[in-house]
Amino acid sequence: MKLDFGQIMPSLPFILNGIVVTLRFTVLSALLGFTLGTLLSLLKISSVKPLRWFAEFYTSIFRGTPLILQLALVYFATPQLIGYRISPIEAGVFTFSLNSAAYSSETIRAGIMAVDKGQREASLSLGVAYRPMMLDIILPQAFKNILPALVNESIALLKDSALVSTIGVLDLMRRAQVVAGQTFLYFEPLIVVGVIYYVMVMGLTQAANVLERRMRRSD
Amino acid sequence: MIRIEHLVKSFGPLEVLKDISTEVGTGEVVAIIGPSGSGKSTLLRCINLLEVPTAGHIFVGGVDITSPKCDILKVRQNVGMVFQHFNLFPHKTVMGNLTYAPMKVRGLSKADAGKIALDLLEKVGLSEKAEQYPSRLSGGQKQRVAIARALAMEPDVMLFDEPTSALDPEMVKEVLEVMKALVKTGITMCIVTHEMGFAREVADRVLFLDGGYLVEDAPPDVFFTSPKSDRAQQFLEKVL
Ligand SMILES: Nc1ncnc2c1ncn2[C@@H]1O[C@H](COP(=O)(O)OP(=O)(O)OP(=O)(O)O)[C@@H](O)[C@H]1O
Ligand SMILES: [Mg+2]
Repeated sequence: MKLDFGQIMPSLPFILNGIVVTLRFTVLSALLGFTLGTLLSLLKISSVKPLRWFAEFYTSIFRGTPLILQLALVYFATPQLIGYRISPIEAGVFTFSLNSAAYSSETIRAGIMAVDKGQREASLSLGVAYRPMMLDIILPQAFKNILPALVNESIALLKDSALVSTIGVLDLMRRAQVVAGQTFLYFEPLIVVGVIYYVMVMGLTQAANVLERRMRRSD
Repeated sequence: MIRIEHLVKSFGPLEVLKDISTEVGTGEVVAIIGPSGSGKSTLLRCINLLEVPTAGHIFVGGVDITSPKCDILKVRQNVGMVFQHFNLFPHKTVMGNLTYAPMKVRGLSKADAGKIALDLLEKVGLSEKAEQYPSRLSGGQKQRVAIARALAMEPDVMLFDEPTSALDPEMVKEVLEVMKALVKTGITMCIVTHEMGFAREVADRVLFLDGGYLVEDAPPDVFFTSPKSDRAQQFLEKVL
């Protein structure tokens, strides 16, 4: 077996540009997903039964089917269904946001439940309305509790984002495959993006540790 | 200021308050005492609708707060509450705790809310803690901040639910001192407490609850020296 990283050197900038695509995709999906997940979690703890049922049903759908199937459905079925030619990146962000909303809503719900109920009572006793109470008092404390879990969720999202290569998004993974196709070398480009994914995940973990330590300082 | 008429509160099949009627005049200080589980907290929490009464009426400042048309948030702005476990907002500084609701709920500017807050902090003797987070305070300091936080809304009524029960003995006094000073300002106060000496000293009236019934409603001198009911006598024998 011989390795020839030299041959893929000219393609390196092409591969590196994939970092931006993958990161932008992940950040966008995480932000949308966590926002939607927060709304879902509020439905899950609502006192209105049909809202709770809807949120539970939604979650079960996304947890009960493969992500790659959801992705294919959104990408290939949307044009057929509503006649809109959805771009791969749109389909990817859409699917990943909906999917991560389902997972993160469980985490966020648990985080909200873990906030001392005295916080709610104190807010109510001051005449604070539901929305500001949630936004200013309950959710900040809930998110602080579940920050490590949300970072893990983001890391999973980053790694799963490689799935969008299957519908043609030019992310890191896809670029490795493109280079492989051009050079007929598979090991080298895959190893290069493997290292890039690894470094990004480690970086995210490290950033989360720093953030957590800083937040704990107010305790 | 507060009028309670035939108040009933049930949790499922459990009837916790049974046909309670009483009145608290403006500027009056009422101590609510009774054995554990007698419904003291529940009664207090009905007055700011943290618990929704099952039946009966409660009027605060002439407004029927049990009426469906009543604006609950408005009522609560006017009724401050202090909890046994302080319930300060841990992610906000002392200043943040005191200014949050006045800014968010009453719409005061940061400067105005800050002025009220600093003034109150001085009154509870904690000016130098303004920028601290609650976790850095002792129990007694936390409770004084909690009192100031409730007062920052400039309410007409203050409710206290065992404000000293979670404190180490040496911190009880500093909180009671703050409350005594508050009594002098003439604000209406309802205090659930196990501090019998304090109740006797500051209360205009004592309400004694037992098993969800309002068993006695008398001035402290009468209540502590010659309670009418056997239950109150037994209770006092145990705690005094
Ligand atoms: N949310 C609730 N759900 C069900 N039961 C409740 C609830 N809150 C209170 N109770 C019950 O109501 C009764 C009265 O409770 P409450 O807290 O008012 O008593 P208390 O006089 O304040 O007692 P303590 O001195 O221990 O604080 C108790 O039997 C309690 O178990
Ligand atoms: Mg109680």
